[in-house]
Order: sequence, then C-alpha cells, then structure tokens
Amino acid sequence: MILLPCPYCGPRNVSEFRYVGEVSERPDPNETGVEEWRTFLYTRNNPVGWTTETWFHSAGCRQHLIAERHTMTNEVRASRLPEAQLPEGQEERATGGNVAGDGGGAIY
Amino acid sequence: MSMRLDHRPGEVIDRQREFTFTWNGEEYPAYGGDTIISALAACGERIFSRSFKYHRPRGLLTASFLDPGCMVQVDDEPNVRGAHRRVEPGMVVSPQGVWPSLEYDVKSANGAFGRFLSAGFYYKTFIKPRRLWPVYRRMLRRFSAGGTVSASPAQDYFDKRYAHPDVLVAGGGPAGMAAAVAAARAGAQVLLVEEEYELGGYLRWGDEAELAALRALREEVASSPGIEVMPNSVVEGRYDDNWVAVMQRDLSHVEERLVKARAKTLVVAPGLIERPYVFEGNDTPGVILSTAARRLINLYAVKPGERAVVFSANESGDAAAEDLARSGVEVARVVDARRGGDIVRVKGGGKGVRAVECSDGAEIECDLLVTAVGWTAPTSLINMAGDRPVYNERAARFFSSHLPDDVLTCGGIAGDGTLEELIEHARATGGEAARRAAKTARRLRGGIPLESEAPPAEISELPLYEHPALFRGKTHGIVDYSEDVTSKDLVTAEKEGYDSIELVKRYTTVTMGPAQGKLESVNAVAIMAETTGRTIEETGTTVWRPPYSPVTLGALAGRIFEPVRYSPMQPWHEIRGAKPLVAGAWIRPDHYGDPASEVLNVRENVGIIDVTPLGKFDLRGPDVPKLLNHLYVNRWDNLEEGRVRYGVMCLEDGVVFDDGVTGRLGPEWYVMTTTSSGAAGVGEWIDNWLQTAHPGWRIHVTPVTTAYASINVAGPKSRELLLRLTEGVDLSPDAFPYMRVREGRVAGVEGCFMWRLGFTGELSYEVHVPAAYGLHVWETLMQRGADLGVGPFGVEAQRILRLEKGHFIVGQDTDGLTGPYDVGLGRMVKLDKDDFTGKPELAWQSEINGRLQLVGLQPHDGSLVPPEASQIVEGESEIVGRITSSRMSPTLGRSICLGFVAEHLTTPGTKVVVQLPGGERVPASVTPHHAHYDPEGTRQRG
Repeated sequence: MILLPCPYCGPRNVSEFRYVGEVSERPDPNETGVEEWRTFLYTRNNPVGWTTETWFHSAGCRQHLIAERHTMTNEVRASRLPEAQLPEGQEERATGGNVAGDGGGAIY
Repeated sequence: MSMRLDHRPGEVIDRQREFTFTWNGEEYPAYGGDTIISALAACGERIFSRSFKYHRPRGLLTASFLDPGCMVQVDDEPNVRGAHRRVEPGMVVSPQGVWPSLEYDVKSANGAFGRFLSAGFYYKTFIKPRRLWPVYRRMLRRFSAGGTVSASPAQDYFDKRYAHPDVLVAGGGPAGMAAAVAAARAGAQVLLVEEEYELGGYLRWGDEAELAALRALREEVASSPGIEVMPNSVVEGRYDDNWVAVMQRDLSHVEERLVKARAKTLVVAPGLIERPYVFEGNDTPGVILSTAARRLINLYAVKPGERAVVFSANESGDAAAEDLARSGVEVARVVDARRGGDIVRVKGGGKGVRAVECSDGAEIECDLLVTAVGWTAPTSLINMAGDRPVYNERAARFFSSHLPDDVLTCGGIAGDGTLEELIEHARATGGEAARRAAKTARRLRGGIPLESEAPPAEISELPLYEHPALFRGKTHGIVDYSEDVTSKDLVTAEKEGYDSIELVKRYTTVTMGPAQGKLESVNAVAIMAETTGRTIEETGTTVWRPPYSPVTLGALAGRIFEPVRYSPMQPWHEIRGAKPLVAGAWIRPDHYGDPASEVLNVRENVGIIDVTPLGKFDLRGPDVPKLLNHLYVNRWDNLEEGRVRYGVMCLEDGVVFDDGVTGRLGPEWYVMTTTSSGAAGVGEWIDNWLQTAHPGWRIHVTPVTTAYASINVAGPKSRELLLRLTEGVDLSPDAFPYMRVREGRVAGVEGCFMWRLGFTGELSYEVHVPAAYGLHVWETLMQRGADLGVGPFGVEAQRILRLEKGHFIVGQDTDGLTGPYDVGLGRMVKLDKDDFTGKPELAWQSEINGRLQLVGLQPHDGSLVPPEASQIVEGESEIVGRITSSRMSPTLGRSICLGFVAEHLTTPGTKVVVQLPGGERVPASVTPHHAHYDPEGTRQRG
C-alpha cells in the first residue's frame, strides 16, 4: 500500500483516500457539445509515467488534493490543494518535506 | 521403540513436563517443547502422511515449518505444519488424505501405475467426455491430500494490529539479531520477526562455540531497549513503500494476528534453506536433510535412525555426521561429494529406507540417509521489493541485483563468511538501516533537519564461498514433494514444448504446493537448464509472490470493524419486535409484524415511521442557492423562506444520482435531505464542488444526519395528533400548507423543525428533533395518539405506501443509465440555468427519443404480484421493459407495479406482456399515472 502525502495531514496510507480521477479540464457546459463533454467524462490519458490526479482524503481531513504520481513506480513528486483553493498569485502550495525531492526509493 | 536421547546442551524440550496426545487413534507421550513430529519420531514413528498424487508414504524431510510430508490434521484444523507446531496435552492429531489408513493406503497403487500419472496427466486424461466432469471431480477430490475443514462456524479469535517500526528485521538468526541490536543502538525502534519459536537460527543446533555465541546474541537483544521480538511469526509480504505484512502466531487467546507494519527500512535476513537432492527414492521415509538430522538430535534429543549413510558436500553434512556418531547412530559411510562421491538410489519400501546404492557400486544397508548438497536463498522478500535475483555460479545460489534504498540484506542471503564476519556485516547493515530510517523519519516530519546527519555507513561485502552445484544425481527422483512432481516430469514437459520455467511450473505444478518453491525451486530450474542445455542463469527463476507462507482466511478476515448505526428510537423498535432491515450502515425496522395493516393504519388513522437515516445537511450562507442550483437539476434561487422543494440530482453523466427535499428555514439557512444510502455520496459531491470548483462561495456545510432524529407522522389524523404536542407552530392548513417548513417545540423539545410533504400520499409532517430527544418525542407521539389509533410503520409499509402513490426510489426504480426524462421529471430540468452538474448530457437527453420510460403497471390478474426484475416482452423474445417495483396493495386490494417500458408502450391502457422468472407470460396494463392511488394528490394537500 503506497503512502500518499496530504497537504494537511502529511503522508497517509492510500486506503484513507478515495481516488477521484485524472485531472482534466471541465468544458464550459454552456459552450460544449456532447462529444467534447463525453471526452471529458470518459477519456483518460492513462499514461505510463507521470500523471496528475485528484484524490479525496475521505477518511481524514476530507480535503480534495492534486497529486503528481508516477504510474510505474508509484512515486509521488508533488501534492497540493486544488488550484481553485490556492491564494491568488500562488501557483501551488508546496508540501515541504512531505514530498521527496531527492528521488530514488520509496517516497513518503 | 524410544528414539529419545539423553540430555543435549541445546535441547528445547522440557523433560519436567511430560504428557500424552493422540496420533492416528493411539496415545503417545511427549515433552513440553516437542513438535508433533519430534514427539512421534521420538517414539520411532517414521511415516506421517501419504503423498499428493501417488500416495507414497512420506516421513520427515526438513523437520521445520516447510516439511512437506508432515502436514497433519489437529482437532478440526487441517494442514497443520506438524514439524513446526508444538504438541499440547490431549491434542488429537490425525494424518491427512489417507484412505483407508496411513499404514495401508489403497491409492498407493498409483505408485505402481506412476508412469501414467506423469506431467500433465490430469490435463490429458480427464477431458472427454465432458458429461463425466462431475464424476472426475468427485473421484479426484478423494485423491487429494488436504485435511478436513470443520463445517461449524469458527469460534477462534483473530486479531489485527498496525505497527510503525523504524527498522523491521525479517529473520531472527545470528545476522538478524545482530542487525536488530545495531539498529536499536543507533536509536531505531526495531521489530524483529522470527518464524520459529526462539531466536537463533542455525546456532541453536550448533556446537558449544555456536551455542555460546547464541547466548551472547540473545543477551544483547534482551538488553537493547527498542527491540520488539515477535517469535513464531512470519513476514508474509513486502508491498509499496515498505508496507510489510507480518503474521504473528505466538499469542495466547488469539489464533493469529495480522500485523500491518509500515517499516521505514526493511532488513531481510531469512538465512538459507537447505536444498534436497534429486535421485531415485529420495522421498523414501528415512531420507532427510542434514539440518533436519541436526534439529532432531540437538533441539529435540531424538535419534533419527539406527544406521546411517551421510551424503555430504558441505560442513553442515560433516557436522550432521558428527552429531549422528555422538548420539549413538552407526554412521555406515560418509559419501563425500567434494571427493567425487555420489549416491545413485535409495532402496526401500513402505517402512522406509533399506539400503543406499552409491556411485562406486557399493550397496549399504541402513535405515537413514542424510543429504547435505547445498542451500537455497529465500529471495521472496527482495523479489517483492522489485528485485530480480541473479544466479551466482560460484555460490550456486541466487543473490539480489538491485534493491530499493529502504531494503537491505544480511546473513546468508547476502553472502558467506565466518560467524564473526556475518555478524560484523549484519551490525553494519543494521546501523545503516537505522540511519536511513532516521532520514525517512525526517522527511515524514516535514524536512526539519537534525543537528548532524551521519554519512552512509560502509558495509564491506561478504565473501562468496565455492559451493558444489549439486541438484540431481544420476537417477530421476522427486523434485516437488508437495505436488509429487518428478524430474522426469520436467524433462517430459520440456520435450512437449514447455521450454520456459514459468510454463513448466504451470504445466507440471512444480513449486505450486504448500512449500511454494522454497525447497524445490532451484532444483526445478537446474533440471530445466540441464534439459534445455542452457545455464541456470539463462533459465532464470520463477517469481516469488506473497504470502511467504500459507495464511489462514481467519487471519486475513481479522477482527471486523464494521460500524453499525442505530437511530435513538432503536430500543423502542427492539422491544416491539421490529424485524431489522440492514440498510447500508443502518439497522432499520422493516416492519413490526404485519406491514399490510401498518399501511392501512396510515391510510385510515395515523402512523409514525423512524426516518432518522435520511441524509441531512445544514447549509448556511448567502451563496447556498448557487450550490443548490448547481447540484439539483431544478431551480432553487427562487425558493422563498418557509418553503420546501423536491429536487433531483444528476451526476455529470446525466444519470439520476439522488433525490430529496430541501427547505429554506431562514434567509441564509437551508436544510437539505438526501436518500439514506446517498448521504455519504452527496456529502462528498458537495465537498468536491466547493473545494475544486467554487471555493469562493460563502457556504458552511454541516452534515447533521445523526444530529436530528427524524419521524414522519403520516395519515389523515396526523394534524390532530401533532396539535396535541406542538407549540409555536400554527398547524392550520392555511397557515402551514403543503410543502412548507416551520420551526417550533414538539413534545416540549426546543429546536425542532417540521415540513409537510407527501411521500406516503397522506397528510404528513416530517418532524426533525434534536437526536437526544428522539426517543422521547417518539414515545410521546405514541402515548398522546393512542385514541387516534396511532401505530408505528416500518420500511416495508413505507415502500408499499410510496408505490401506491407512484413515487420512484433512486436505485430501486432507477439504474446506472436512468435520466430524469426517463422517470417523468423532464419538466423539472431547467436547461436555462447557467451551469449545473450534467447539463450538457441533460440537454442531449431532452432532445432524443427512444429511451425506456417509467410507467405505472397493473397486472390484469390483481392477485398476481410479478417479481421485481420480471421482463416485459414483445413477440417471441424481444425485451421491451422490466418491472422495477411490485407489491400487493392493501389499500386497493390488488397488485401494483412500477416499471420501464419502451416508448411506444407508454400510452395509458396499453397492454403489455410480463414474463415471469419461470417463463410464464401474464398481461398487464399501463396506468394513466405513476400513482395508483389518489393521483390528484388531494389527500396529501389537505
């Protein structure tokens, strides 16, 4: 079971989280067509490598978070609050030492 | 015949504690500390089971947990490792898979026909005719060697624990002990896990010097604070981020405990497993490994035989020969593999070894053959850490190639050396493990640096000794003792085209038995290499997967932590004998004996139902209407204070997700209700929108499902009843009409609110009271309404009532494809709203035709209730709909249904054909409304 760093709670067992999905931009519902909408609903990149996903700390602080995870190694290199929640002008709220920067091995 | 020796310096038996137990129907003596098999061997017993396929007699081989021939039934527990499990007074032990008896087994005739049971025999033989498959299955089951599982429910207690050691050491031999001590001295919290009952590994059956070293190491472990020792426990697996599963067995009152450990570093120190030698007759009782002989003699003071031949390629074999000589066994010959000696075959029979034929032609009469040909490195844990072990020809075993930073190895799995060298290496490894753990801990704490950071420790590499590559002799024999796979089977499999070790494994089942490759894997690989002309390195090895040793289902199930929710009125329901209904986490009253009369009482008088599980959210703030507009398909920004409205929620895919009533209690105060089962999902949905899309909206969301006890008071006399209890609310129809909400006191309780709605179709008030007063209000309603005929009704009556009124239930009458336009709620969808969940899909739904529609249905035969999920058909076999809800209506005295039908069948009065599960077809008609009763709704508006 991997550890997932929560911006509020720190690294926690992934069983405390619910996987929401790969981050994808929601089209403007008033502009979009049903084709584009369904691409948003159902089509995922599902890469072998780095992917950006939303997780929900359902058994913890009940905060949604954005994590960058490597799908082969399960390494998590960044975890932050959803963009919309960040203070203006700040692009991401880093999670300090909870996220590894020095690479290699398991990440806490 | 007693084979028990006098006192040995390292013995683990307690001669002061003597008792008896039962084996195969007879009583046997034993000492405390004896294993089942050591006690039997001390009495001269040599045969403990019959083999899996050929039903050959089997004795002991390794005298350890792995011993394939020593699986026994203990009381009602099957597949007990008899050479590991300690015997207890009065234990009833029986052999497994023997019929009619251990001594005379009819199926051992298979041995004579052995050539028919070669590789892939079952695949090749039991194919045709297909109609005989059940017969084959019954027959083959009787041949299998497993024990008998008790049919009565298990009473044993299994446990679960979470652990967070800095360093977890897997293996409590000399290296593991030294590593644990070094890590603890460096400040780490250490969990030291050992498969056997005591720490010490091979030192335990060693000589004087080794026993002295063992005492010193045990003393160090005991005196080092910070080491938790778990004996009789097994590290079963290593998963991502060092999530390590440990099965702890040595517990009182607990059968087994699954320890889920998050180790910062893992030190793998499992030692080495002695490898059997493959030759003709190598499974004859009396052919044992050198470590088995040394265990029997030195730990249990049991003489393994009377006259022995020792086949030795290493110091373990030499030591076994000395142990045998010292314990009065006549060592007839030591065949030294290092000087070219070899053994060809063992001659024996049902009673065990009779003679050994050596490569120089000599045939030596004896009852014991001890082999010491080499070692297998149990690479399971490093395999699970992502390593692909590589074969080293010089050391004739596999070593790790690339380990992650948080996994280290020491002891025999890392190399050879003197005891001092191995311990020194282990100490360096333990210290480095502690250093890496501290580094990880720092990262976990948020990067706060320590005052000084130690540099990585220098761990000098262990030497590799030369080990002879002895796998198979000149004859063919058993490779996999658990599965009865011979070396000839492997050769045959290769000839048939199975040239990869992974394919051979699956075809012959080699390494797939209870020992899971620990004894047989390398031999299988070596024989494959020999057959294909490749090297062992080229042949590779099979992947070792968790669990390391077999695990009981009880341990995996563990202690069940499944929370159950009850409403505050539960004691009342229980006293009245309510039939419990499991509804998600909630236990609700299904009915109080007769749901039909509960229905009639609501229609005629007044009934009360406990609806506490309804999901409830307290929403406050100026932007609540924006949230409601976003979540529901209908419009909410025009809801006036004091009013409630019914709403439907869809997900982004336009499928109905939840429904319920939301009321506006104040200018910026709303209460939302959801279905009981949808509460958790809706809560998460709200969190999602507010956190990821609209964090700027000024809204406070508080889940209040269990803060309020909820009671629906329904029936023509509900107003009369509530008038007697309510203060501060004008209940007259003009002042408190349908779909309004009011706050006030009920039965003297402050802070209640109630709203009028019509799920049951009668005049009704859903009363929400602070949970602590729920039971009081419920009891007061029952007392004060006695003369009005008030009675409780349960979920079943409510389901009938709502079906009479034609209200659908999300998840019952809808499925994962149902949109609001399909259930008659198209008019609710306000596509002119700016943005709400699922809007593009709903816009699409509003324009398309041809989807199934929800309609009311009545079978022509009113006494017939078509089971839910009965299909509606047309012509021969075309499915054009289905029944989603059906009940006998006590109010109408006939059966009523809701169901989906194809668009062309929706006109009221259309006759449809319902196909019952048995195949019978019955006619039914589409009704003008979903509601079968009071479609105009005059009763609920009263």
